[in-house]
Amino acid sequence: MSSRHTYRRLYVWEMPVRVYHWLNALSICVLGVTGFLIGKPFTVSLAQEASGQYWFGTVRFLHFTAGYVFLFNMLVRTYWGFVGNRFAAWDKFIPMTRKAWQDIVEVLRIDILQTRGTGRIPLGHNRLAGLIYFVTFLIFMFQGLTGFALYGPMSHSVLGKLAAWVVPLMGGELVVRQWHHAMLWFYVLFTVVHVYLVFYHDYVEGRGTTSSMVGGWKFEREDLLED
Amino acid sequence: MPGARHSLWDVMRDKGYSRRDFMQFCTFAATAAGLGTQATAAVAKAFEKKDRPPVLWLHFQECTCCSESFIRASHPLVADVLLDAISLDYQETLQAAAGHAAEKCKNDVMKNYAGKYILLVEGSVPTKENGVFCVIGGRTAEDLLQEAAKGAAAIVAWGNCASYGCVQAAKPNPTGATGIQKLVGKPVINVPGCPPIADVMVAIVTHILLFGRLPELDAQGRPKEFYGRRVHDTCYRRPYYDAGLFVESFDDDGARKGYCLYKMGCRGPVTNNACAVTKFNGGTSYPIQSGHGCLGCSEKGFWDNGPFYRHLPSFPGFGIESTADSVGLALGAGAAVGVAAHAVSTNIRKRKLIHDQVAEAVQDTPVSEKVD
Ligand code: HEM
Ligand code: HEM
Ligand code: SF4
Ligand code: SF4
Repeated sequence: MSSRHTYRRLYVWEMPVRVYHWLNALSICVLGVTGFLIGKPFTVSLAQEASGQYWFGTVRFLHFTAGYVFLFNMLVRTYWGFVGNRFAAWDKFIPMTRKAWQDIVEVLRIDILQTRGTGRIPLGHNRLAGLIYFVTFLIFMFQGLTGFALYGPMSHSVLGKLAAWVVPLMGGELVVRQWHHAMLWFYVLFTVVHVYLVFYHDYVEGRGTTSSMVGGWKFEREDLLED
Repeated sequence: MPGARHSLWDVMRDKGYSRRDFMQFCTFAATAAGLGTQATAAVAKAFEKKDRPPVLWLHFQECTCCSESFIRASHPLVADVLLDAISLDYQETLQAAAGHAAEKCKNDVMKNYAGKYILLVEGSVPTKENGVFCVIGGRTAEDLLQEAAKGAAAIVAWGNCASYGCVQAAKPNPTGATGIQKLVGKPVINVPGCPPIADVMVAIVTHILLFGRLPELDAQGRPKEFYGRRVHDTCYRRPYYDAGLFVESFDDDGARKGYCLYKMGCRGPVTNNACAVTKFNGGTSYPIQSGHGCLGCSEKGFWDNGPFYRHLPSFPGFGIESTADSVGLALGAGAAVGVAAHAVSTNIRKRKLIHDQVAEAVQDTPVSEKVD
């Protein structure tokens, strides 16, 4: 059933989205590794005096610095959701129409049941991916809030003071820490599944998904383009 | 006793304290209130003139460790003065009167000094089964609390019990024990700890006596002066924390050297208290100085945040041995296996699709580029 198709090249991810993406991925990797070390510091076996080193302080410093990058990067992306192109727009993340839910079912059929797709998959985020990123954004916000709530008492950060209400709400700093720590595993899970799905959709759709986050371009069959 | 109330100085003089004792006490009161010694004269003047307010101390579900702590304030004179001269008009453990005489004394204070007396509460209040778990003289704790709270000028909740419920409120909290703040509907000074530090307790009482108002409180009703910093912020082992030198077990070399107890479950980084500065027993020591991590005894729900000797509590719903990491690692491994299985299945189920696409691409490629 193969037929000749012409593909058009489309600019999907603008520069701010791409910069956001890689800064986000980088800061999360740094936060994850340093965060894990804060929760489970390794053992320095040589008998030493405290004056000779500062490695734990450095790990914490990196965590807090990456935390700032992570937070402001997220804020920039949120802003871009209102001024960027239609692929980056905020409404791509929240399924509000019947069509959107049908699209989600369609993607689930392709991904999980692994049947052959019937309709076309949107060129930007597919609707399921959009929904997952929405949940992810909420968890980003949770991580930022709990992180800065913990950061408040150990710094003069204004952001820390702004998040101070989180501590009594959650029932104490230890509980905040517990959940801040537990969420680390969400990021591990997300990264494994996300990177796999990017590769997978690239493989089965053949539209250049993976490289799109580098150059911004994706490809679509001309006969399937709507406008 | 009610009726002729005198100033603190009058009472002290009657009880045989010297002017020098009085001035020493005033010096302490000035520093405890954060004023510095140059304020001593003003403080003395106030204590000479002002009528001392009566103080009621109620006991509910508790172990009396707060009272025990209170009588061990570092300056014996101060404790003496507070117990003797300030007079706890009603303190079940320490009062000389008993039975009807004691009750009369309490009732007189509540009647004659409505809106003026200070109420100190030790212990939590049970709320289940109409409060039958704590009944004193035929009346429930809540009943007694509400009655005494109504006319109180200031209410202090001693210890974790009166602040948050402490061990009685630990899961599953059979008696419905709770701190007093949510019952009385008035501002309460929470002085959590198990027990609170004696000098902190004394300083708070002196503050109220001196100024006739509450000290500055944080969002949880704790005096900022003593609960504004975490134990960790002033801990003398902090340099070892920053250097990443931790005790790994209670009998290792690090423990002998006084390394940081973070990995032994020290709750110092998540506990607001003044232990590392004020210390206990007249500034002798505090738990970390004795080689044991902080238990977080001044934090709400600390009994439910075990095990105490591990950095983080067990993960809710996954049993005592679980940690966020063990649960997370299992999920992560599950995801990796799932992804691998999915990749294999993709190549089987979507074989035709991929085959077609490749065929199409080959067809679309200009002949000149078909090398092989
Ligand atoms: C992807 C985002 C993040 C991840 C995966 C992450 C992970 C972690 C982990 C695992 C811990 C150790 C908790 C423990 O066991 O005690 C931690 C601690 C902490 N994190 Fe994060 N975190 C993230 C973002 C942030 C942000 C945005 C901030 C804000 C500044 C922040 C501030 C903190 C603070 C203050 C601590 C306590 C450190 C200490 O006591 O020295 N985190 N984080
Ligand atoms: C080799 C690594 C990665 C590649 C190739 C990659 C690629 C991509 C691509 C192609 C998209 C858009 C496609 C779609 O809509 O599904 C995307 C979106 C996204 N990725 Fe990644 N990614 C990688 C790693 C990560 C990591 C480590 C994270 C964070 C933990 C992450 C977080 C996100 C988020 C939040 C979006 C939504 C972007 C937005 O619209 O704001 N990615 N990624
Ligand atoms: S012993 Fe506890 S309070 Fe002291 S520095 Fe270590 S973690 Fe902090
Ligand atoms: S060090 Fe911690 S557990 Fe010990 S008395 Fe102070 S707050 Fe309570």
